[in-house]
Amino acid sequence: MNVLNFVSAFFSDSAHWHGYDGIPTRLWEHVQYSLEALALAAAIGLPVGLVTGHYGRGGNVLSLFATAARALPTFGLLVVTTIVLGFGMLPVMIPLVILAVPPILVTTYEAVRSVDPSPVDAARGMGMREADVLLRVELPVALPLIFGGLRSAAIQIVSTATIAAYVSLGGLGRYIVDGLYQHDYEKVVGGAALVAGLALVTLALFWAAAKAAVSPGVRRST
Amino acid sequence: MIRIDSVTKRYPDGTVAVDRLSLDIPDRSITVLVGPSGCGKTTTLRMINRMVEPSEGAILIDGVDSRQQPVNTLRRGMGYVIQNAGLFQHRTIVDNIATVPRMLGWSKDKARARARELMERVGLDASFAKRYPYQLSGGQQQRVGVARALAADPPVLLMDEPFSAVDPVVRKGLQDELLRIQAELGKTIVFVTHDIDEAVKLGTMVAVLRTGGRLAQFAPPAELLSDPADAFVEDFLGADRGIRRLSFFSSAGLELLTAPVVAIDATAEQIAARGAAESPYVLVTGLDGRPLGWSEPDRLTAGQIDVGRLLACGRPFVAGQDSLRAALDCAVLSPTGWAVAVDHEGRAAGVVSQDSIAEAIRGAHAAGREEPKTIKAGARKVIR
Repeated sequence: MNVLNFVSAFFSDSAHWHGYDGIPTRLWEHVQYSLEALALAAAIGLPVGLVTGHYGRGGNVLSLFATAARALPTFGLLVVTTIVLGFGMLPVMIPLVILAVPPILVTTYEAVRSVDPSPVDAARGMGMREADVLLRVELPVALPLIFGGLRSAAIQIVSTATIAAYVSLGGLGRYIVDGLYQHDYEKVVGGAALVAGLALVTLALFWAAAKAAVSPGVRRST
Repeated sequence: MIRIDSVTKRYPDGTVAVDRLSLDIPDRSITVLVGPSGCGKTTTLRMINRMVEPSEGAILIDGVDSRQQPVNTLRRGMGYVIQNAGLFQHRTIVDNIATVPRMLGWSKDKARARARELMERVGLDASFAKRYPYQLSGGQQQRVGVARALAADPPVLLMDEPFSAVDPVVRKGLQDELLRIQAELGKTIVFVTHDIDEAVKLGTMVAVLRTGGRLAQFAPPAELLSDPADAFVEDFLGADRGIRRLSFFSSAGLELLTAPVVAIDATAEQIAARGAAESPYVLVTGLDGRPLGWSEPDRLTAGQIDVGRLLACGRPFVAGQDSLRAALDCAVLSPTGWAVAVDHEGRAAGVVSQDSIAEAIRGAHAAGREEPKTIKAGARKVIR
């Protein structure tokens, strides 16, 4: 039996479509964990990246922090947070957020910093407030790159949120963890396929969001 | 009036960008700050809208220290144009221009209506309104930059090397456009450039700055060319300042000869009569009076004048409208050494030799030394 057979067997089994261990439930759990982690990471990464990028300071500290955060093994961190905090949502969120903040923070910082300085100079010279210079001049131009950072963070979260299952939570990781334990490879492959599919959907959603949010003037010229 | 009162800009590392500079910038005219790089001209301009804060001294606007009002209020009252236009690439042209009116709280419709009005004023077709900056050429972008600076109708316009990044042909167009707009609007313009030709062309007054941010001379361009204050200014003006100064003398006083001008249908007697003592050549014109070319009179056969065999007469000058510089240029470029003068419709008004032009130049210089001096002395504002 090859992988595709596993996949079709998994999806055609009607038992996998119902109940607390059904695909819709697990998928929804996975989406919830991912959204929550992404929202938290964005709430930290975006403002810090925007402000540091605007003032052009703190780049070294940022990259140091980002490198350190990237070096942390997510799974190891999960073990530590679970031991310290016990079972629950928080021990899972911490590693996911730490995973997602660096790409958001660093790309946002770089995106704002690399905005052409002359419109910024013009904006200040015509008496624009500093906050407006950031939000109305720099941000719209930096948006494509910022979306790129958010997108890679989101995809990393979606694929890594499977670890929630190791600490008794739900999500698509359940199929992989349980499947491995039960030697049910159909389940393992099916779960992996679902994660991959969700990652692709995430990619498409970000592509659509960027298309809608970025001005045609910026999209074409960059 | 903008008064720059003994202003110094010293940076923390000790560099002095501007050194005790004083200038009275007259209202409703173009004052050009010119000088080599590192002379502090841009710093001076940026101190007027407080993009750079002076270390010492003050800048007074209509007698009031510019630090008296909030910095953004000050800036919204001054148009600001920079080298690469600095347009907002995510906004359409019309919204770029409407920026300051929107900041001042105008409604979107009113601001856009105003923006469209300005597009027309700076010579941009209305079809550009909904486009984005990347769809425009450099020259068109800079027109948008000027329109954006004019949008809230500020009395003052600060222009920092606005035309340096475009090619010479486009630059000349933009300069002419600026002069035209200025004739209509009468703004107080402070214009920074490193190009002395641009300074002489645009400036009502020109301030030449030297490296280290010191004022070398502040004078109207004609005076700058005739009486450079020192060797630095003379050197900065370049080798051909004598020729360039001729731009300020009118060709109206030139004595035009009409005798050596014949029409293409001239009779043999007419040709013979024209080719007499005054000029060794005759200028042949078409039936509409436009110059066609030069010829020696004895090479012309009445009734069979071959336009293809005439010597090209080059670009003529418009008598009375163009300067002596243009007239001399025509004569120097002409194969016969004679310049062709035309009227406003392009019909030959007469011809003039290099010798006559040279005499007119001597006359203009002599007149310049005598009477206009008093006028110039009044306009001269060298403040040290």
